Amino acid sequence: MDQQMQEQKFSTVITPKNGWFDINLKEVWKYRDLIVLFVKRNFVSQYKQTILGPAWAFIQPFLTTIVFTLIFGNIAGLAPGGIPSFVFYFSGTILWQYFSGCLSTTANTFVANANTMGKVYYPRLVMPISTVLSQLISFGIQFVFLIAFVLYYTFTNQGVHPNWWILMTPVLLLQLAMLSMGFGIIISSVTTKYRDLAKLVGFGVQLWMYGSPVAYDMFSMAAFAPGGKWHTLYMCNPVTSLINIFRYGYLGFGTIEWHFYGIGWITTIIILFFGVILFSHVEKTFMDTV
Amino acid sequence: MEELAIKIEHVSKQYRLGAIGGGTLRGDLQSWWARKRGREDPNSKIGTRTDVKIGERFLALDDINLEIRKGEAVGIIGHNGAGKSTLLKLLSRVTAPTTGKISIDGRIASMLEVGTGFHPELTGRENVYMNGAILGMTKAEIDKKFDEIVEFSEVAQFIDTPVKRYSSGMYVKLAFSVAAHLDSEIMIMDEVLAVGDMAFQKKCLAKMRSAAKEEGRAVLYVSHNMNTIRTLCDRCIVLDHGRIIFSGAVEEAIAVYMGHDSREFSNCIVVNPNMRDPQWANPKVAIEEISAMDTDGILTYGDSLDLGIKVRNYEEKDAQVFLRIMIKTSSGTPISMSSTREKITIPSGAEVAKRFRLNMSQLIPAIYSLSFVLYDTGDLGADRNIDVLRDIYSFSILASPGFNHGMTWNSQWWGHVSIGDLEPVE
Repeated sequence: MDQQMQEQKFSTVITPKNGWFDINLKEVWKYRDLIVLFVKRNFVSQYKQTILGPAWAFIQPFLTTIVFTLIFGNIAGLAPGGIPSFVFYFSGTILWQYFSGCLSTTANTFVANANTMGKVYYPRLVMPISTVLSQLISFGIQFVFLIAFVLYYTFTNQGVHPNWWILMTPVLLLQLAMLSMGFGIIISSVTTKYRDLAKLVGFGVQLWMYGSPVAYDMFSMAAFAPGGKWHTLYMCNPVTSLINIFRYGYLGFGTIEWHFYGIGWITTIIILFFGVILFSHVEKTFMDTV
Repeated sequence: MEELAIKIEHVSKQYRLGAIGGGTLRGDLQSWWARKRGREDPNSKIGTRTDVKIGERFLALDDINLEIRKGEAVGIIGHNGAGKSTLLKLLSRVTAPTTGKISIDGRIASMLEVGTGFHPELTGRENVYMNGAILGMTKAEIDKKFDEIVEFSEVAQFIDTPVKRYSSGMYVKLAFSVAAHLDSEIMIMDEVLAVGDMAFQKKCLAKMRSAAKEEGRAVLYVSHNMNTIRTLCDRCIVLDHGRIIFSGAVEEAIAVYMGHDSREFSNCIVVNPNMRDPQWANPKVAIEEISAMDTDGILTYGDSLDLGIKVRNYEEKDAQVFLRIMIKTSSGTPISMSSTREKITIPSGAEVAKRFRLNMSQLIPAIYSLSFVLYDTGDLGADRNIDVLRDIYSFSILASPGFNHGMTWNSQWWGHVSIGDLEPVE
């Protein structure tokens, strides 16, 4: 009898704890349809019972851009010369909003989904992945407007010079997604027991924005510009290189420092890798502590 | 070939009492510091300290070993807190065991809750896809089954309406339909049918039954409704305090569960003084012992109950008393009473043993309790109680095969007495 049982192959074996490197990406792939549905759900439910619907995806960054242009550009004078400050701010804002949107939503993965996760099993990584993808839809809408603005400013000769570096866009977005998801799932893994950190996320993201060239032009600030006192430290922020390359491609503005971009990639991969490991380690029993 | 669907080996699940997560780092440090200095934990709940120590370990499941074959429908019963839901949670991989190993062969469709992942803003159609995908179906599979699901759910005309407009019944129907049509090898249901109407409950049970019998799936079903367990399951497991105390035939399991419910479940009760209410303490004529003949408190519908009763007379003179037996449901609703035709004569200082037959052939399957009263009729015809033993003996009546066509007797509407089938009159 025992012999016979030994022979039977089981498709799933549940043991008390995950090892540190039990990452089941194959299973995530098996649940790809669920990812697609989550993406759809997130997007659709976001704009249900609103009159403007998906237009909100554009209105938000548009208003933010106007505020930035007025306050940081016109009043504080932090916008760069030579190119229209509106498109400068708009390009930075939509990139940043994608990043911060992904980060703050994935940081909430376990707590926000404790309801479904407490009742049914699916690979937990499905959640942050679908979050990152659904944020991409909003970005897509904003991106269409960016193209329109860039075209307008290009053909009216206002100093905007798009070039072949725009082909970097998918790579930039991929890195941004990886980076924000990496940070997000680290935070969500750590906050299953202690929620303190979750309270800091909103503030941290805002602080991070001011540490990135979103609301101002870094090249006209002595401390941050190449050769400046804080330049190296400033460039260690992977988002900085991303925004710089993005703006260089679409606006022909600024410079690209490839070695910092390379360092950014290394940081991104380390953070994502660490995040996935931590997340997989926590996902099995988080329900007991969340 | 009898292949296993689930094999559970030495599985335990431990929880910590007291602060289980959700705290702050500060709170935990505070508790730790207080413990370190032998002070009272400032974060412990007031009133819990006497019986529960914060941080004490508690086994929700204690060394569970269980094998479930394919094509088997297994019921799990037990009181609240016995570990039923924890077991199902482990099986559906919501959380992991503390020790032990669970091997599963095949996909699991688990319904620990109705409509997990249903989003109120989405339509029924969208939610079918959503729920199906959460349960592990691919889009192609759902496409293939979609019509079947909608037909089974009986909500076809509302399928494009957001589910937030659904009634709770429609919600359950749709959710159950998705889970039932999942191509899984194992089905786990945690008392989810409680919300649907009777007809739908019956349909669900039939569906689960055929899933086990015809499609060879393993079905695990947790319920407090013994009749659904009877209808569905081949085997039944009784959990108590995290351990399996019985595994086997359904009726026996139910008897074990019920027996565990009321400690008075035995065939002989020797009366001791604290079984009486204070106002009836030290009666002159007292019931000393009650025993059930040929049964241990588990009867089948249609049976009658033979009771032996011993009465002692503590008075100086002979006593003559009537005996009344009152029947109540376990929830306290009076059903009926039965009384002796003649007085029982007990000589001074003697003990008399008598046997009576209690006719309960029309009581529907449920748990009942009996109260015993010795009384005397006074000169004016008023009765005077001499000894009262309230709810001293409990018994359970189980359904006989084919009782009420195998349907649950809904005592809320139909009462506790069956007056027989309708007879056609020529």
